[in-house]
Formats: sequence, structure tokens, C-alpha cells
Amino acid sequence: MTAVAATAPAVIVDRAAIRRQRILGVAYLVMGAVVAYFLTSNIKTDATSTFVLKPAGSQGGLDIPSLVVPSMLTVYLAAGICAGFGAIQLIRGFGTRWSVVLAVVAVAFVFAFLTWAAAGKSVSLIGILQLTVQKALPITFGALSGVLCERSGVVNIAIEGMLLSGAFTGAVVGSATGNNIVGLVAAALVGGALAGLLAVLAIRYRMNQIVAGTVINIFASGLTSFVAARVLQTHRELNEPEKFSSLPIPVLSDIPIVGPMFFSGNMFMYLLFVLIGLIHYGLFYTRWGLRVRAVGEHPRAADTVGINVILTRYRNVILGGVVAGIGGAYFTLGSTGSFVHDMTGGRGFIGLAAMIFGGWTPIGGFLASLIFGFADSLQARLSILAVAVPSEFLLMAPYLVTIIVVAGLVGRVRMPAADGTPYEKE
Amino acid sequence: MAEPLPGPAPAEGSTRGTVPDGPTLAARLGTTARGLAVPILAIFSALVIGAVVIVLSDVTFFERLQSDPGAALGAAVGEVLRAYRELFTGALGSPTDYVDAFTSGDPDLIRKAFVPISETLLAATPLIFTGLAVALGFQCGLFNIGAEGQLYVGAMFGTFAGFAFAGLPWFVHIPLAVGAGFLGGALWGFVPGLLKARTGAHEVIVTIMLNYTAYNLISWILKVPGYQREGRSDPISKVALDSSWYPPLVEGLRANWGFVLGLVAAIAVSWLLFRSTRGFEFRAVGFNPTAARYAGMSIATSTILAMTISGGLAGLAGTSIVLGVTHSLTFGISSGFGFDGIAIALMAASRPRGIILASLLFGALRAGATPMQSLTGVPIDLVVVIQALVIMFVAAPALVREIYRIRVPETTGLETFSQGWRA
Repeated sequence: MTAVAATAPAVIVDRAAIRRQRILGVAYLVMGAVVAYFLTSNIKTDATSTFVLKPAGSQGGLDIPSLVVPSMLTVYLAAGICAGFGAIQLIRGFGTRWSVVLAVVAVAFVFAFLTWAAAGKSVSLIGILQLTVQKALPITFGALSGVLCERSGVVNIAIEGMLLSGAFTGAVVGSATGNNIVGLVAAALVGGALAGLLAVLAIRYRMNQIVAGTVINIFASGLTSFVAARVLQTHRELNEPEKFSSLPIPVLSDIPIVGPMFFSGNMFMYLLFVLIGLIHYGLFYTRWGLRVRAVGEHPRAADTVGINVILTRYRNVILGGVVAGIGGAYFTLGSTGSFVHDMTGGRGFIGLAAMIFGGWTPIGGFLASLIFGFADSLQARLSILAVAVPSEFLLMAPYLVTIIVVAGLVGRVRMPAADGTPYEKE
Repeated sequence: MAEPLPGPAPAEGSTRGTVPDGPTLAARLGTTARGLAVPILAIFSALVIGAVVIVLSDVTFFERLQSDPGAALGAAVGEVLRAYRELFTGALGSPTDYVDAFTSGDPDLIRKAFVPISETLLAATPLIFTGLAVALGFQCGLFNIGAEGQLYVGAMFGTFAGFAFAGLPWFVHIPLAVGAGFLGGALWGFVPGLLKARTGAHEVIVTIMLNYTAYNLISWILKVPGYQREGRSDPISKVALDSSWYPPLVEGLRANWGFVLGLVAAIAVSWLLFRSTRGFEFRAVGFNPTAARYAGMSIATSTILAMTISGGLAGLAGTSIVLGVTHSLTFGISSGFGFDGIAIALMAASRPRGIILASLLFGALRAGATPMQSLTGVPIDLVVVIQALVIMFVAAPALVREIYRIRVPETTGLETFSQGWRA
């Protein structure tokens, strides 16, 4: 018996892994075929695609030349990359480097698409990238909120409601006091208060956490719309907060491409980077983080060694609410400048997806948010370009990719083991 | 191993209190009363908090409170009562209208007096379907948060069947369009069911993502020539032929046979869940998957089938709108019916009979909200706040118990469905 058990792992082939490898390989080949067939149609053979890399409004600084590529050749090259990797993937696979290859193929595919859309025209690539980061900001705040809650074992599906109430509070308090920092703090507090409600319902009353989150979402949507219709319609002065102005960081913002993307935003952007760093460091390198993860993975064991499970969960959920409240304030104080009902438009749910996509880590959540942000940004730009492809299918892509990731068809993400399970002391 | 496994039937039946011929009539009435205590107290508490919201959101209230507190409070109470009265008469009609109409004997007046009730039935119709959809999922341990997307895909299929087949008699065309709607929703429910059964992907995430996929799908198809109405540049579909419309219950009122179909669906779901072998397996899987597997049931089959039927029911909600009210597909045919379905299923503890009652309640709130807004200026969204509070109180019976210091059942029968993201 022992001999069999010892040799078994070597004999057993991970059938799921093989299936994943095949699915990926076929997917790459299909992508290559799509690129070669569809994205070469109606391109003139001598057309070039121009990608502007210098931000539109910028004066002075370095003069960054535009990137000009021959359209046809580039598209065929991208198709070759997709198909080539697909063939290798099918034949022998890439082992642990599959994620790098996936990224390369995805970039090739998207670049081919952009080249096709820009054939014979000029597209501000830097504009798309800048908008990507801006669109990704609130999604990342949502993902961070989710990471904080779920690492301690509480499912937070109420991110959407917290974003929405943060947006509302930021606008109203920011306008009423005439001070946008007060508005931001108030938004954070309201996010924390809603999270407190979630925590009480989920932890104290042991309500199903998904139901509790759904209730908070409906409640936040109803209450903000109600007050907006009843008060803000007539008192418009309560919905005109001062926006946070952009603060380019002196030297860093001059770096080509990266500078305009990451170092020319407003306060929210830098706050987000600080939060990502803090939460990453806190969760994985401090005693606090170890305890939080212990509570999320095995609350009974954590309790046995003297960690207060209930307190840890309350603290983390409320912290998560504060982060989501700040993220919500971005919609009004950082982006549009006034509150419109249901203005978050499901970004909280996307944040949830980004958190899962990113494997319950802050940095992963941010990278996943960038993908969703890119899709958002592309939609905004494609309508300007009047591209013939139905942009809806492009917009579906991030959601479908999330489904594929959750289904474990490509790689596997691992959630905290005790996520969503109420804890009862024995 | 040779002896047959004892099925979980007796335990299952008794814990759910569905044994028809056990306790005495008095005991059953007592159970019913206690079962109703939580929903009634929940509605009451929600209305009270709603009143507070109305008062606090009145900007002038605080100014008057400083100058003349008594008058300010009186005016506030008056405003709340006026809003709730309009909500009530907007949903059920006003007694004076009924009396006037019947004393005059004018059929037009009588019909007009019944308009509020007709509107309530109309608003309740899609809610019955989405409530049943979510409840069927709950019974099998699945949280179908995607009823909204399934509704849209069902409406998309139903509308297509409605305008694409000309010259059919109504008794062929209506079933065809309704069946197409069921098919569309079922397709959108089958995917998360299959993924859950085969890969363990959590249905909450998959259905949320499929909601957004459905919105984009609708956005696309409403621009496709042949689906989009000729001569229109805005996203709107062709008009479904009138042979596919649900006929009105009473000529001149908007309530239609879609409502009756909703009642039939409730009976069918009730039979499926509580009388059929398949439904027994659904509930067994939802109640205790491990026990169900040991009893030889297939969790995968139940999961896939339950999600598919659930999606189909949500698709029928879509047809009840496009074949019953709008007669064409646009964005915004569903103002959150899918999400209200969650509230309704929770409130009804996933029982079909309760779902009809809860749908009528939510339908009444929706129907009354519009006249309330136009007559008293209290925004429609108050109803959403009230709904959220109702679910909160219903889903946390311990909360009601603490507030009112009464004995209510420990559970509302909702604790069986899945915990967390795990498969």
C-alpha cells in the first residue's frame, strides 16, 4: 500500500491541467485566426497606423514621437504570435509560465485590434492608456475593500452600495462644507458605517452574507436616489463640490508613457498606490496580516491560539468599508464633480470580480482592474473612431474572461478557506 | 451496504413543516400566525423607518423645527400620512371612487376605479416569475443573482418570436413566444448551472458576469438590422405582432393573462418542488448535499436542472413585460425586477404561495409609487428603501425578535443555501 501511495503522484497526470492546456492552445489558435481573417479586412495594403504617445494637453517636456506602424504587416505579425504560441501550447505547454504567455498573446491580440481600428488614421494611444488607469481607480478601490473583508472571512458583495453612498456623501458633504477633504472623510465614514451594518448583520445576526450584502446594495441605491430626487433636484448648490485638482509629480510625470498614466492624476491616484502598498505589506509581512489571514483561513485554529476572531472580522470589514467609501468619493470628488443616481453603474461588482481575478491580493486586484479599465476606456475611444466592429462584444470580454477564470478553465485562484462562513465559538 | 439507504424523506419533510396531514388545525393556524409574524412586523418596521426617511429628507423640516417644533412635527406626520395614503390608493384604489362608480353604474367609471388594482397586478406579474426563479434556486442551494440578465435574454427571444412569425393564430403564437422566452432565460441559467456542476465556479459570480454580458448582448441586438425597428436610430426592437400579445383580463385595463400564467407557474413550481421526485432531489441537495449524494442523488444533475428552470422562469418574466406591456424590447424594460425577485423569494421563504403574496405586495408598492410621487412629491425611490428594509428584517429574524421582544421562529428557512464562494 505504501509503495503505491508513494509512486502514485508520479503516475497520476493532472487531467485538469491537460484540459486547461488544450483549451488555452485552441483559444490562442482561434485568436490568431480571428486576427488574420477579420482584422485584415478593409485595410489598404500600404496603410499605416499612427499611435500618438504625447499627451494631448501637455506643453513642453520631452517631445515624444508618435509610433507609426504598417497596418497590414503588424496585424499579420500579431496573428503569427497568437497562432505560434497556440501551437506550442497545444504540443507541449508552457508549464508554470502560462500566465506570461497568456499576457503576451492578449497584448498581441489587443494591439492587432488597435492597429486595425487605427489603419490610415491616428489614435491617441496615450489617451486610451490614461483613461484606462482613471477607469481602473474606483474598481481597484472596490477590489481592495473586498480583499480586506474576504481575507478575514466575510464575503462583501455590498461594495457597490458602499461606492455609491461614498459618491453621494462626498458630493453632498463636500458641497455643504465647501471643503472637499471634509467630503472625502465623510464618504470614508459612511462607507465604514455601511460596512459596520454588514458586519453586524453577518457576524452578530449570522445573516447569510450574500443576502446582507444584497440588502445593503438595494438600500444604498434606494436611499441615495431618494435623497437626490427629493433634495438635490431643488438644492443644486448641495451637489457642486470642488473637485480634487490633478497633481503631476514633478520628475516622474515626465517619464514617457508611464508618467502621464500613473504620475499625473489627482490625489486619489496616489492615495490608491499608497493603499495598495500598505495593504500588501500589511497582509503579507506583518503580525496583523498573519492574524487576519489565519482568521480567514481557519478561524477555529486562530481562536485557539488567542486571536479574537469576531473583533478581527469587525475591524477588517469596517476598514474595507472605509476604503470603498473613499473609492466612491472618487466618482464625484475625483472624476465627474456631481452626483447622479446609480452613477457607479456596477463598478462595485466589477471590483469584486477584479478581486477574484487577482487571487484575493491587492496587487493582483489592481492589475485585474486595469484590464477592466482598459475595456471601459476602449469603449469610450472606439465610439469616437466609429469602428465597424460591434463594441458590445469587446465590452463583454472582461466579464467572459472573469467567468473563465472563476471556472478554473485557465489557471485556478484560491479563496480564503473560511470565506463566507459565520464563526461560532464552541 | 446491501440494505437500502434510508432516504432523508421524513426528516426533510418535518423540518420544513410541509407535511399536509399531521398537526391539528389549531396548531397549523398557530404555525401560520407565527410564520406571518416576521413578514408583517418587517413591513411595519420598514414603513416606520421609511417615514423617518421622508421627514429627515425634508430640508424645510429642520428650519421649522427651530421656530415651532409642535407645528413642524405635526406637518411632518401629515406629510408622511399623505404620502402613504397616496401609495395605498395608488395601489388599491380609493374607496370613494369605488362607491361613486358603483352607485352611478357607469361601466367606464367602474373600470377607471379598478385601474390601480390592474396596475398592481401588472407590476406583480414579472415579480412572480423572478421570485419563483430565485426561490427555485434557493431551494436547491443556489443563489441565482442573475435573474435580471435571464429576464433580458428571455425578453430578447420572446420579442423575436413575437415579431418574426406573421399569420399565426393567437393560440399558436402566444405559446410559441412564451416558449421562446423560457428558452432564452433557460439558456442563460444553464451556463452557470453547468459551470457550477462541472468546475465549481460560484454561481453568484458567474450570474453577475452574465448579467453584464446580457446587457451588452441586448445593446448589440437592438442595433442589428432586422431586429431593430425600421426607420429608428435609437435602440428599440420591432413591435411584436398582436397575435402574440397577452390578452387583457378585462377589456380596457392593462392587467393581462400574463398574471394568470404567473399563478399557473407558481402552482407548477409548487408541484415540482413538493410533489415530484425531481423537486425532492432539488430540496435534498439544497438542504444537505452530502446526505443527498449518499442517498444516490446526483448533485450535478440537480444543480444544472435547477439553474436551467430558474433561468427559464426569469425568462418568462421577460415575456410578461414584452408580450404584456411594452410589446417591444428596449433598455429599461426591467427596472430591477430580477433583483426584486431576490427580495420576494427571501420574504416568502422560497414558498410559491408566499411568492404570490409578496409579489402582490411589491407590485402594489411599485404601482402606488408613481401616483405618490406625482401627487405628494415624495420620490418613487422611497419604495426601494422600504423593500431593502423589508428584506433585511425578514432575513434576520433575530433582529425582529430583539426589537419587539417576541418569540418568532429561529429560522425563516433560508439558511440552507450556499455559504461563501465555495462550490
